[in-house]
Amino acid sequence: MFALIVRRLLQSILVMASVSVISFSLFNFVGDPVNNMVGQDATREDRVRIRQELGLDDPIIVQYGRFLGNAIQGDFGLSYRIKRPVDQLIAERLPATLELVFVSALIALGFGITAGVYTGIQRNSWASRLVLSGSLIGVSLPTFIIGIGLIYLFAVHLRWLPSSGRGGVIDLGGWKTSLLTIDGWRSIILPAITLSLFQMTIILRLVRAEMLEVMQADFIKFARARGLSERAINFSHALKNTLVPVVTIIGINIGGLIAFSVITETVFQWPGTGLMFIQSVDFVDVPIMSAYLCFVALVFVVVNLVVDILYFVIDPRIRLGAK
Amino acid sequence: MLLDIKGLDVAFLTRRETVKAARNVSLQVEAGEVLGLVGESGAGKSTIGNAIMDLLEKPGEVTAGEILFKGKNIRGLSEDEMRRIRGDEIGMIFQDPQTSLNPLLTIGQQLVETIQKSLGLRDKAAADRAVELLEGVGITEARARLQAYPHQFSGGMRQRVVIALALAGDPDLIIADEPTTALDVSIQAQILDLIKGLCRSRNLGVIIVTHDIGVIANIADRVAVMYRGEVVETGPVAQVLGAPTHAYTKSLIAAVPRADKRLKRFAAIDYIEGGDAPRRRIDVQNHWLGAAQDFRPPKGIAVDVKNISLSFVLQKAILKRNRKMLKAVNDVSFQIREGETFGLVGESGSGKSTIARCIARLYNVDQGSIQAMGRDLLADPRAPETRKARRALQMVFQDPYSSLNGRMRVGEIVAEPIRFFKLTADEAETQRIIGDLLDHVGLGASAAKRYPHEFSGGQRQRISIARALASRPRILICDEPTSALDVSIQAQILNLLKDLQDELGLTMLFISHDLPVIRQMCDRIAVMKDGAICEIGENEQLFTAPQHPYTRHLLDLMPRMDLLEPSAVMPAEG
Repeated sequence: MFALIVRRLLQSILVMASVSVISFSLFNFVGDPVNNMVGQDATREDRVRIRQELGLDDPIIVQYGRFLGNAIQGDFGLSYRIKRPVDQLIAERLPATLELVFVSALIALGFGITAGVYTGIQRNSWASRLVLSGSLIGVSLPTFIIGIGLIYLFAVHLRWLPSSGRGGVIDLGGWKTSLLTIDGWRSIILPAITLSLFQMTIILRLVRAEMLEVMQADFIKFARARGLSERAINFSHALKNTLVPVVTIIGINIGGLIAFSVITETVFQWPGTGLMFIQSVDFVDVPIMSAYLCFVALVFVVVNLVVDILYFVIDPRIRLGAK
Repeated sequence: MLLDIKGLDVAFLTRRETVKAARNVSLQVEAGEVLGLVGESGAGKSTIGNAIMDLLEKPGEVTAGEILFKGKNIRGLSEDEMRRIRGDEIGMIFQDPQTSLNPLLTIGQQLVETIQKSLGLRDKAAADRAVELLEGVGITEARARLQAYPHQFSGGMRQRVVIALALAGDPDLIIADEPTTALDVSIQAQILDLIKGLCRSRNLGVIIVTHDIGVIANIADRVAVMYRGEVVETGPVAQVLGAPTHAYTKSLIAAVPRADKRLKRFAAIDYIEGGDAPRRRIDVQNHWLGAAQDFRPPKGIAVDVKNISLSFVLQKAILKRNRKMLKAVNDVSFQIREGETFGLVGESGSGKSTIARCIARLYNVDQGSIQAMGRDLLADPRAPETRKARRALQMVFQDPYSSLNGRMRVGEIVAEPIRFFKLTADEAETQRIIGDLLDHVGLGASAAKRYPHEFSGGQRQRISIARALASRPRILICDEPTSALDVSIQAQILNLLKDLQDELGLTMLFISHDLPVIRQMCDRIAVMKDGAICEIGENEQLFTAPQHPYTRHLLDLMPRMDLLEPSAVMPAEG
């Protein structure tokens, strides 16, 4: 197992190195950084001076080395737009996104797995058919339509929940949480549902398909023939055997949630990293874009590492090596 | 009377029709007795087992009859009541030990769970009982093995674990559904001994469901023969197998390959699917199939295999010395004479299929040389000479389901080699030859328009044979061509292969794990073990006076067939 983790870590470093090249090249290909910094009326000499101060005259490899050195320490420079260190900006925004993803993943997993197991076992009940046709809506409707629909229904029409923002924030030593107040929960519930809907349907359908397959397996029939209870068969024998593919998909999806909650955050004006990213794209704020790119890659690399370790925990054939 | 089934009907109700899987079945099992339930696929023998356990797949349903277990009718009990019977009163063993155990739970977890459900013991006592059970089925170091996962056991050991699980609730009746079909012959003998021993020592009633007459002859006290959902004959084993009265039983027993003497052909099996299909014979000598046989091997040696070896990498590693290699074929040499059938026999993993694949060049050997018809098969595959030699060598595979492309029509499948080797002048000729070929293997020319899934396993194997013949081969490699088929279908296919060989003068390499089949088919035989050949000999000599101890061991393991009265088998013609 240790050897596998080391191998995976080495692969991760390779991935991160190539992503760093791409995010570094953003500085040189997405507009001229000096143009982005100085005003329209800066003189030629000013520009040359800034160029030298920023080290933009150095050979490209030196510049990359400097970028990499700083990036490893979490330093991505100053935002062009807000003129504050990028790492601070991301750190401020991150709790909002992580909490949103956490809540929406809970919803997606809780409902997706339960409904997946149910529809996998009760294949032909009317409730299964209802859930399955309902899940089509989750797949086919774009997120922003669902978001706007929810806002219209619960915020505008029924006036039960706020339509945007992140209410009731409490500061826990740098981590601003909204999960400790009723007001915070009222704000998070709509965006979390919006964000979870697509993942939920994917998980539901995947768990269902895997359950259908596993329920046909001989060891399920053998378990029945030994007179084990339906509950033991469904959960300890069947569900566990569906987990490997399900964990893979859940892992990728959670990575995707953290990285690309852009639309949901925009619709609900949720002050997370996704919203910040979309705003910096508007302003060609290259340091934020480049840092965000690295951040997203890091999230995926970590999630995949966790998924690999989970394989080990779940499946003894991987853990102990096939004979 | 432990179990008494009276007039049982099982039907599968679909929207269009009602399929009766079992009709008016009556069976009795006493404690301490093994009842064999024998029949071919689709005869409904597994349905009976599932019906007793109330485990029929939907839409299957018991529509009539009584299942009296210890005098009490258990048909139509509630799900809860049935669950107490399953495991506690009646245990079940399934065919494939690879898939009957949950791969994610340890053996101990699965045993303890079952013991606790049935006997309500505490953790410690349940674990002790699990150890007892494992020891009872002949697993050593049982306590340590509780922590092991199913994949850490071999197939035979796994089947022992399955039996231990079936015994966990102390049942009085065991239903074993093809318990040894997935196992090697030596393991099969052990498992059958185990089941028989448990039956006697625990005074269990056992129903053993199988397609294999040999298994019945070895283990059963009484036998019931099923055909198309009905029990056609019941009685003591010696009586049913030795002096069958029903016509189906007679033809079934006639189809069982005998190891004691070689017959020219199997007796006609008229009771089965289509019977020995009336083939429209074509005059091979004047036909395209028989034409252009320009290959004359030197000195009458069709295939010459010299010192071939092949290893597979079991575990990859960058350093060569860290790699784990498996010597699948280890310095093997043999020659196949023109026109003979050469048999390769051995247990699974002995390397016999690997050799076939090396000759067909599906694998590349590490060392050695292979010649067919005097031409080097290992030379550049694009060279015209090699291509010719490879055209003359075709293969029929084991699994008739996966060896045909399900998206192609049968006509296209057979036409492919003809088109690839450009063997015909025009499309009209190709079509005519496809029709002739399909006629000749007993399918009929109209089969060309249909897809493989419309055919049964035996018919598909006929398609495979037609495809192999389409390149006008001189050498046919048959890799377990009948091991996926029912015994009566097997007899038909083997008859077909013998006929084709006679008509076309084919040389055959025939691979099988089944000694009686080898006995019937082959002129000379090589016995393989662990990638090497132990012994090569003439058929008669090998079976009557084996030289190598391993050959003797294999022959000893063969299910004894002396119960089958020779008069049941048609005498050899000519």
